Amino acid sequence: MSPPLLAVEHVAVHIGGLVAIADMSFEVPAGRIVSLIGPNGAGKTTAFNVITGYMPPTKGRVLFEGQPLSGLPPERIAARGVVRSFQRTSIFGACTVFENALMALHLRGRAGVFGALLRLPSARREEERLRAEAVALLELVGLADRAGTVASVLAYGEQRRLGIALAVAARPRLLLLDEPAAGLNPSETAECTALIRRLRDERNITVLLVEHDMAMVMRISDTVVVLNQGRIIAAGPPDAVRDDPEVIRAYLGAVPEADGVLHAPA
Amino acid sequence: MRYFLPWAFLALLAAVPILLPDPYTLSVLASAGIFIIGAISLNLLLGYTGQLSLGHAAFFGLGAYASALTTLGFDIGIGFGQRITLAPQPVWFGFLAGIVVPALFGWLLGRLAFRVRGAYFVIITICFAQVLRLLTLNWVELTQGPMALSGIPALSLWWPGLDAPIALFRKDQIYWLVLAVAAVAFLLVRQVVRSRIGRALVALRENETLARSVGIRVTHYLVIATVISAGIAGAAGSLFAHSVRIVDPDVFLFIYTVTMVIMVVTGGKGTLWGPVVGGLLFGPLPDLLRGSAPPEAQWIAYGVAMILIVMFLPRGIVPAVASLWPRRAAAKPAAVAVEAEG
Repeated sequence: MSPPLLAVEHVAVHIGGLVAIADMSFEVPAGRIVSLIGPNGAGKTTAFNVITGYMPPTKGRVLFEGQPLSGLPPERIAARGVVRSFQRTSIFGACTVFENALMALHLRGRAGVFGALLRLPSARREEERLRAEAVALLELVGLADRAGTVASVLAYGEQRRLGIALAVAARPRLLLLDEPAAGLNPSETAECTALIRRLRDERNITVLLVEHDMAMVMRISDTVVVLNQGRIIAAGPPDAVRDDPEVIRAYLGAVPEADGVLHAPA
Repeated sequence: MRYFLPWAFLALLAAVPILLPDPYTLSVLASAGIFIIGAISLNLLLGYTGQLSLGHAAFFGLGAYASALTTLGFDIGIGFGQRITLAPQPVWFGFLAGIVVPALFGWLLGRLAFRVRGAYFVIITICFAQVLRLLTLNWVELTQGPMALSGIPALSLWWPGLDAPIALFRKDQIYWLVLAVAAVAFLLVRQVVRSRIGRALVALRENETLARSVGIRVTHYLVIATVISAGIAGAAGSLFAHSVRIVDPDVFLFIYTVTMVIMVVTGGKGTLWGPVVGGLLFGPLPDLLRGSAPPEAQWIAYGVAMILIVMFLPRGIVPAVASLWPRRAAAKPAAVAVEAEG
């Protein structure tokens, strides 16, 4: 059996005296959409930071296609094929939408100093190809007609979509999305869900998702991993996780008894 | 129109020695041009990567000394009875050394200094320039210290069919030489900025966290920018050495860096034309004021002008002027519509 695309093995993160993640292990099989959920402060974003190299784990390791990622800086991890989006909207605000796309396509080009200085034919051809890719990328997220707009003046929902486009640009094999639906209205959330499905189905991108919108998580995920206070308390298909008493206790602070009524813990 | 204007501007500048053959004016413009080249190189760092190098005169001075020492030759002891000797080399070899040596130091400084960015980078670059100034002041055997390196030969031109190379002594020749190097420097920076490398630099300036997440290597690209910037600043220093024909440790003075920073900031950092416009304003200013005001008053005038421009045009002159165009274009159809209604 081939190894999972991503394997997080006994990762612990201590920030000062705070235990952000106590001991976390889970896997993301290729071609799946896996969601990481949990109450605020459960360690979800910390997990993203560790996987993508923004924060070193105190213990444990992260394997991508069987190779360790721990210790590599974010830009090297991106080059391996693991790219993330950010919880707070993260775009190049002063640049146009089209320039944003071109910047994010960095890894799709390889022109170096001499190619650029001398405008070599190879560099020109690459530039044309990147421009075509940028157009395709903006079409994918429905921002092609906004190409000339300065990114900071886009509507909130559009900025969120641009953020996803920037993460997708490098053609990652594993895409980590940090609350892509945060602040979106129901119809925008539905669009976002459809976009994530299309990324998986059409671009063959495996997705690891952090999201608070439970309806979206339950609809889209193959597997749900539940974190609480730095520990994994449940993992499995959405239906199984939804009914897990530990999960319900973490979210609601109470367990449904046999009669199906919630009782406050004694 | 947009493609035509820069060439018309270049032609106009090239025609200045014919229209205005006054040697004093030409020498003022040539020395302004040398600092504009420095400002163009500084703009690549300050404007496009957002890193403030307050030791940019270090690269300028390194270029001047490397070029002068290569053309004059030297013979120095390095301890243990060993000596390093260099026979005088052709001037263009010196010019090349004036580019390569600062570029190497730019690489070294970039590797070291970009581990710490922001304020620490500013401090490290200031120190770098001060150390070089002290070194050139005190290493008398190599640099003549405060007595200065003098008798530096002028740059020369030669092409097939010419008996002997033409030394570029005359003010108009120096002016054209500076203009040619400035045009090349402008084009180089333009090529870099409009390439994948330039986009990576702007991405790092705008949002480093996001830039890294899409795979842009921070140190790699900042070092590339520093090397190119240092090389161009070195070329300016070399032009300085071969046109003034004397180099002393004052080339490392902080005020030269400040002059370049003022040119970039007032013209508009992060715009291609910013350092050119800022340089044409501030470059000739000290000489224009020389007759009417003491040097101290000149620097005060510099400071006041800088403060006024930053207050009223915080992004610089070029972005302010550029922002007038679309507004005018947008206003036109409206005016036409009003007329049609009337």
